[in-house]
Amino acid sequence: MEVLLYTILTLCALGVLAAVILYFVAQTFKVEEDPRIDDVEKMLPGANCGGCGFAGCRGLADALVKNDDISSLFCPVGGGETMKAVATYLGKTAAEKEPQTATVRCGGTCEKRPRTNQFDGAKSCAVAASLYVGETGCAFGCLGYGDCVKVCNFDAIKINPKTGLPEIDADKCTACGACVKACPKLVIELRKKWPKNRAVYVSCVSKEKGAHVIRACKAGCVACGKCEKVCPFGAITIENHLAYIDPQKCKLCRKCVNECPTGAITLVGMDPLPKAPKPAPKAAPAAAAAAPAAAPKSVEGPATIALKASGTNPLILLNPKKAVMDSAAATSVAGNVVELKESGKNPLCLVRGKKAE
Amino acid sequence: MKTFPIGGVHPSENKLSRAKAIEVLPLPEVVQIPLGQHIGAPATAIVAKGDKVLTGQKIAEATGFMSANIHSPISGTVQAVDMQLNGQGLRQMMITIKREGDEWVETIDRSTEIKRDCNLEPAAIIAAIKEAGIVGMGGATFPTHVKLSIPPGKKAECLIINGVECEPYLTSDHRTMLELGEEMLVGVEILMKAIGVEKAYVGIENNKPDAIAHLAQLATKFKGIEIVPLKVRYPQGGEKQLIAAITGRQVPPPPALPIDVGAVVCNASTTYAVYRAVQKQMPLIERVVTLTGKEVKNPKNLLTRMGTPISALIEAAGGLPEHAGKVINGGPMMGRAMVNLDSPVTKGCSGITIMSGKDAERKTPGQCMKCAKCVSACPMGLEPYLLAKLAQKKQWDEMEAQMITSCIECGCCQSTCPSYLPLLDWVRLGKQTVMGLIRARMAAQAPKK
Repeated sequence: MEVLLYTILTLCALGVLAAVILYFVAQTFKVEEDPRIDDVEKMLPGANCGGCGFAGCRGLADALVKNDDISSLFCPVGGGETMKAVATYLGKTAAEKEPQTATVRCGGTCEKRPRTNQFDGAKSCAVAASLYVGETGCAFGCLGYGDCVKVCNFDAIKINPKTGLPEIDADKCTACGACVKACPKLVIELRKKWPKNRAVYVSCVSKEKGAHVIRACKAGCVACGKCEKVCPFGAITIENHLAYIDPQKCKLCRKCVNECPTGAITLVGMDPLPKAPKPAPKAAPAAAAAAPAAAPKSVEGPATIALKASGTNPLILLNPKKAVMDSAAATSVAGNVVELKESGKNPLCLVRGKKAE
Repeated sequence: MKTFPIGGVHPSENKLSRAKAIEVLPLPEVVQIPLGQHIGAPATAIVAKGDKVLTGQKIAEATGFMSANIHSPISGTVQAVDMQLNGQGLRQMMITIKREGDEWVETIDRSTEIKRDCNLEPAAIIAAIKEAGIVGMGGATFPTHVKLSIPPGKKAECLIINGVECEPYLTSDHRTMLELGEEMLVGVEILMKAIGVEKAYVGIENNKPDAIAHLAQLATKFKGIEIVPLKVRYPQGGEKQLIAAITGRQVPPPPALPIDVGAVVCNASTTYAVYRAVQKQMPLIERVVTLTGKEVKNPKNLLTRMGTPISALIEAAGGLPEHAGKVINGGPMMGRAMVNLDSPVTKGCSGITIMSGKDAERKTPGQCMKCAKCVSACPMGLEPYLLAKLAQKKQWDEMEAQMITSCIECGCCQSTCPSYLPLLDWVRLGKQTVMGLIRARMAAQAPKK
């Protein structure tokens, strides 16, 4: 019995001694850290995705607390709200960025872009891209081995087995940019996120000449320039045989979608404009009447830019309905989609109607 | 019998065309000449659309020292200088020439008689080689004049001629040594003079006894040339492996070069091209290409003008076999499968291997079982399983620390892997990325100096 007692007592004494030593060691070697770093880290999403450029959320929190100017720091996952909350807590001004979402700019489905060979190497886009053109004749499009899927921390990308292309769930996508970096073909782009995940973009990145593009893929951009001409906002530019829609200038008017002969312009979350429009006899005079009233307004703002940009096509310039569209844009600089939609109803209908007269 | 000290494998040799004499392929009607068919900067075109060119006329000039001239392989009219599809289906700058007759530049000596004596100074020999646009014809396409220009402070002690041809299937060097052996040995003499050495070794694997015997007999007429039979082992034709096999010296890891151990290595076909360039003023416009494969009707060794479409060679050998799965530019170990059969023969194209049926398919990869077969097979002493894993995890810094830049991409690791893992795919990707990072780092450092 005595043995047991002594043992317990010795152990207790050792424990107390160790605790005392540890207490003093902890005091001596204490690392002073700003307690705000912990608080900021808690405010961040905690995904540790690296979208901000730091290894994890703590890295960003540390930088946010230590830097006086935090305008260059941004958490794409938390977005503007999180940054605002952090900035208010720290008493600094945060960068403001509009919400973005990743967009796969390739429409080369299995159907549209026939496979010319079979790749039996390591199933990785990076490996295939370093070796050769890919399983199709298009050297620019999606390879479809899912490097983007592998890097996505938010389960927002999946390869659709039917099309062989990745699809992004915009609700889950946080625009961390991991997939953009992982894609060796630079197919994925971060684009402005519209309400209800609406989007209009050119789903092709091929810089080949039109004839070569169409040989490899029926859904490719052939740089015909129709969309550039029809765009009332000057949002579409053609460079290196490829059309590009500037997400900052685009107002989702959808005119370009119907113009595209190959269907390379993808429309998401909206119905396309009626394709084979008939002249609407009643609407025409109304629109014509509205046009002169609206036209003066369109002198300023995006409308002027649009007119300049579309100056290569006189027909469009003379079109009264065009002015209506422009004025709508002018009054909806903030991007009011509803208004644009209403005022822009059947604009093409009128273009054709006028021409027929 | 000599061989290199570590790693290596012995794949089935399949030298189907070993007994086929070199045949001359009829002149192509249209040729496409890529401007970048060597290591270093692509050449700059000096002809434009509509220009008439003669066979052997220079059509593209070396851009800087680390580059090579390119000459027209046929006479005719330049149709275009634009981006054309290469074998990998990617666009590359090429000169397209349509043939009209066969008129040669007058200074070129086309006779077959052997011209033994060479009175040129070393510098003049190197200049002639540079002018002829000669690059390593074993596949690496390293400009030969760069190799022969010994940097100051270093000294060449011996010349090694690479007649190993360890790659399965290919026989172009073998046939060159057998049929053009004497010319090649004159080339050896010229190269010895160019780099100022007294001793040259011709390394040949002993699966080519006829070539060994033939050259050994011829070598008695030459001073300082020794034929070295080597044990059959892949990748003995690798520069560093060959130096180790013949001299026993180990080339240190990059950026060290063979010259750091006093050796200059030159391929057998390149040596023949050197002979023709220096003694006959013949630029590098044709080469022997082996067209082979188990189901190919007539495997052949074809003397082919550069720029000939590969489909023409396939036709000459009896057409594409029915079950053809892969058409490989090069041999099965180091070659690259092609998607565009109309792509041209280039300076580094030593053979076209057509794999059919099951041979063409890779087996389904399993899991790495850490058997370390790849480690013992690696002739550079690397750990391929680890490198492949690091490449998958994108740990480029760690890969650099693991000496990825030493990798010669021989494919021994992948060929021994019992789980059929695509090790080389990953290792190649890693090497490419790390090399890119190193170059970027050097470029960033350069302006500061």
